[in-house]
Amino acid sequence: MAKLNLNRMEMPRQDPEVRGRNFEEVALGYSWEQAKEEASRCIQCPKRPCIEGCPVQIDIPNFIKAIQQNDPAEAVNVLKNKNSLPGICGRVCPQETQCEAVCTLAKKGAPVAIGRLERYLADWERLNGGAKKPELAPSSGKNVAVIGSGPASLTAAADLARMGHGVTIFEALHVAGGVLMYGIPEFRLPKEIVQTEVNFVKTLGVDIRLDSVVGKMITIDELLSDGYQAVFLGTGAGLPMFLNCPGENLNGIYSANEFLTRVNLMKAYKFPEYDTPVKIGKHVAVIGAGNVAMDSARCALRLGAEKVYIVYRRSEEEMPARREEVENAKEEGIEFRLLTSPKQFFGDEKNQVKAMECNQMTLGEPDESGRRRPIVKPGSEFTLDVDVVIVALGTTPNPLVASTTPGLQTTRHGTVVADEMVGKTVKDKVWAGGDIVTGAATVISAMGAGKRAAADINRFLGETNRS
Amino acid sequence: MYKILLKEDLVPNIHLLKIDAPAVARKAQAGQFVVIRVNEKGERIPLTIADWDREEGSITVVFMEVGTTTHRLAQLGAGDFLASFIGPLGQPTHIDKYGTVVCVSGGFATAVIMPIAREMKAAGNRVISILGARNKALLFWEDKLRSVSDKLIVTTDDGSYARKGLVTEPLKELLEGSEKVDRVIAIGPSIMMKFCARTTQPFGVKTIVSLNPIMDDGTGMCGGCRVSVGGQTRFACVDGPDFDGHQVDWDLLFARQRVYLNEEKDSFEKWKCACSEAEAKAAR
Ligand SMILES: Cc1cc2nc3c(=O)[nH]c(=O)nc-3n(C[C@H](O)[C@H](O)[C@H](O)COP(=O)(O)OP(=O)(O)OC[C@H]3O[C@@H](n4cnc5c(N)ncnc54)[C@H](O)[C@@H]3O)c2cc1C
Ligand SMILES: Cc1cc2nc3c(=O)[nH]c(=O)nc-3n(C[C@H](O)[C@H](O)[C@H](O)COP(=O)(O)OP(=O)(O)OC[C@H]3O[C@@H](n4cnc5c(N)ncnc54)[C@H](O)[C@@H]3O)c2cc1C
Ligand code: SF4
Ligand code: FES
Repeated sequence: MAKLNLNRMEMPRQDPEVRGRNFEEVALGYSWEQAKEEASRCIQCPKRPCIEGCPVQIDIPNFIKAIQQNDPAEAVNVLKNKNSLPGICGRVCPQETQCEAVCTLAKKGAPVAIGRLERYLADWERLNGGAKKPELAPSSGKNVAVIGSGPASLTAAADLARMGHGVTIFEALHVAGGVLMYGIPEFRLPKEIVQTEVNFVKTLGVDIRLDSVVGKMITIDELLSDGYQAVFLGTGAGLPMFLNCPGENLNGIYSANEFLTRVNLMKAYKFPEYDTPVKIGKHVAVIGAGNVAMDSARCALRLGAEKVYIVYRRSEEEMPARREEVENAKEEGIEFRLLTSPKQFFGDEKNQVKAMECNQMTLGEPDESGRRRPIVKPGSEFTLDVDVVIVALGTTPNPLVASTTPGLQTTRHGTVVADEMVGKTVKDKVWAGGDIVTGAATVISAMGAGKRAAADINRFLGETNRS
Repeated sequence: MYKILLKEDLVPNIHLLKIDAPAVARKAQAGQFVVIRVNEKGERIPLTIADWDREEGSITVVFMEVGTTTHRLAQLGAGDFLASFIGPLGQPTHIDKYGTVVCVSGGFATAVIMPIAREMKAAGNRVISILGARNKALLFWEDKLRSVSDKLIVTTDDGSYARKGLVTEPLKELLEGSEKVDRVIAIGPSIMMKFCARTTQPFGVKTIVSLNPIMDDGTGMCGGCRVSVGGQTRFACVDGPDFDGHQVDWDLLFARQRVYLNEEKDSFEKWKCACSEAEAKAAR
């Protein structure tokens, strides 16, 4: 057997000193030579564990093989067979817990950089003429309303359109793309790439109606009696959680949702060219350590903060963010205050936050999430001077749709109850998938749910034809 | 894109726009609002629905020029388009047969209290309206409001028209008078709503106010609009905008409304510069 190559090809990136002050993409992507070199490390092992590690079972060894054989076009075909948004997934999927975690070479500490190759191919396709319009099945005469336009909805809509159904997306915001547009920042996922995918969905004949808040402007029941034979709910988990501790309503304290929406969707980083402002802190504390927290911290830095803290009550090991983004954040100079939990906030005479009292924590026995429970160290209070605080504790589904849709069932976490496999809710003709069902999760799991629901909706619409 | 069907200047700095938005018009109810964006680089701002026509498919809003977005909006006219028009948002004002309802309004809010007074009257209430303006030149819709009220009292701060003084004075007299007041609705500048609530509190008359914190999305996803009511944090865009005025933490509201004061000033200066440049160019 040929000797294993354990030199994982580094991703070229902007210099941390420079990128910490701009909103351009951090990771620059492989060149063709680099992609070839990295692809050549794949040993095409017979067990192919990577496929099982991928939530949508992309035929990874085969797309890598096509690169090895100098055929990027074929590689794209293999990739897109299972994943219609590779440019996005290649950039934001937590590969280190999915395909790359189980790659045979991971045992030697150097899994094939599957995500980077995926990204390379998507970019290659975009720069070389873009996606071919796939064949659409003949029109079924049936219409499906898809609510929301995040990855779950975009995937469901694209598949349903290919199957020949009329699809209308209703999106509350003035831009389509969900978290990909309003949450994940430009420097990690350029908005142009998201809009390329949105436009692709439009070329399949999907009608996207922006500025349409379902539950307010129109209800699910009205859609069902108004010419739609089925509804897919992909409204995500957009309701921010707060700490509920004293001082939390002071000026300068944001939910991550508000902060990121102002910065990414409304382009406050280009204020006053764009009208929407955001507070630029000198000393910024971000509470939490997931992707949302990393994104908030890195945005705050790029806006011009001198010091940005990540304040997290557990330890490094439990941090839920993508590994790569934690590394990026550290390189950029974000300061990690681990085993630290905020207790209260203090403001000045103008109600502007100026300091935050914290407790130090220790880790006890594992809790129901399997992670060790943080416990307050008595007498460990200390204060941090901060003028902007961003609370990134997570989100739950917005009750707006569920509360206006009789017959839907929700859990005590506000998620909509739906069949795990196909996304069917307990309400007739209504499916759901993505964060609205799972709570805040990942882009790829939302896409997978959209795909499975589309297949089941197609089956259902076919049956109604025969009866 | 949403077409402006009609523009009317009610007073020099308060304007009315009628907008083509059939889907919003189908659902609009008194007390709800819309979120608009003037153009692609514009901010999202909330405006209360002043009227609707389900048949024509239109919504009417009335706004006062205060900063960049509202000045930009004031430059548009019939035939122009808005980039976004989203609604109807928020909870409708609770309409019921209470008995005697006093509707107090000030500034641009005379327009937004119109549908509430009208619906209150239609629900069988005796409606007494109090309309306040800084001076005669800023007064509008007196007759319109009278047509849906059993009684109308007008005040001007400077006495240039009708009764001199603030709206709280006739409000207090009504509460002290022989007629039982069952409910008060007060809409206008925050400071006016606060003092109306303070006036009615000793009389124990339920007083509904329509809060106007800074909003982004208007659908409950950002929490920027949080207010404190009865010691609890609420999102004004989805839980309100109507709240019990006696329970509102007014100081918090005032402080949060001022969070971007400096940025708003910068933005407005830039807008004014751009405008005078454009004018100079046009003159050349
Ligand atoms: C800042 C941030 C960073 C993240 N980073 C990563 C990452 O690196 N990798 C990863 O895999 N995942 C990441 N995630 C998680 C991932 O983005 C989500 O799991 C995913 O977007 C969920 O997709 P969705 O389609 O279910 O919903 P969303 O993307 O949330 O889209 C829902 C859409 O529905 C719309 N909507 C809501 N209510 C209504 C209504 N009533 N009517 C009409 N439309 C409505 C919303 O406006 C939104 O556009 C991140 C999330 C955030 C917030
Ligand atoms: C539910 C609700 C209904 C409203 N209805 C009306 C109405 O019918 N007519 C009307 O004239 N005004 C109304 N307002 C107020 C209106 O939204 C603000 O005057 C407008 O946003 C000012 O924007 P600007 O850019 O012109 O001014 P700026 O210079 O940006 O701001 C001036 C002041 O307006 C407030 N403001 C700024 N941005 C926002 C925002 N995004 N959301 C809310 N307030 C903001 C702030 O307190 C600020 O200090 C309403 C506000 C709310 C919350
Ligand atoms: S597990 Fe790793 S080495 Fe094996 S086929 Fe997949 S990518 Fe190649
Ligand atoms: S405006 Fe964002 S939650 Fe109310």
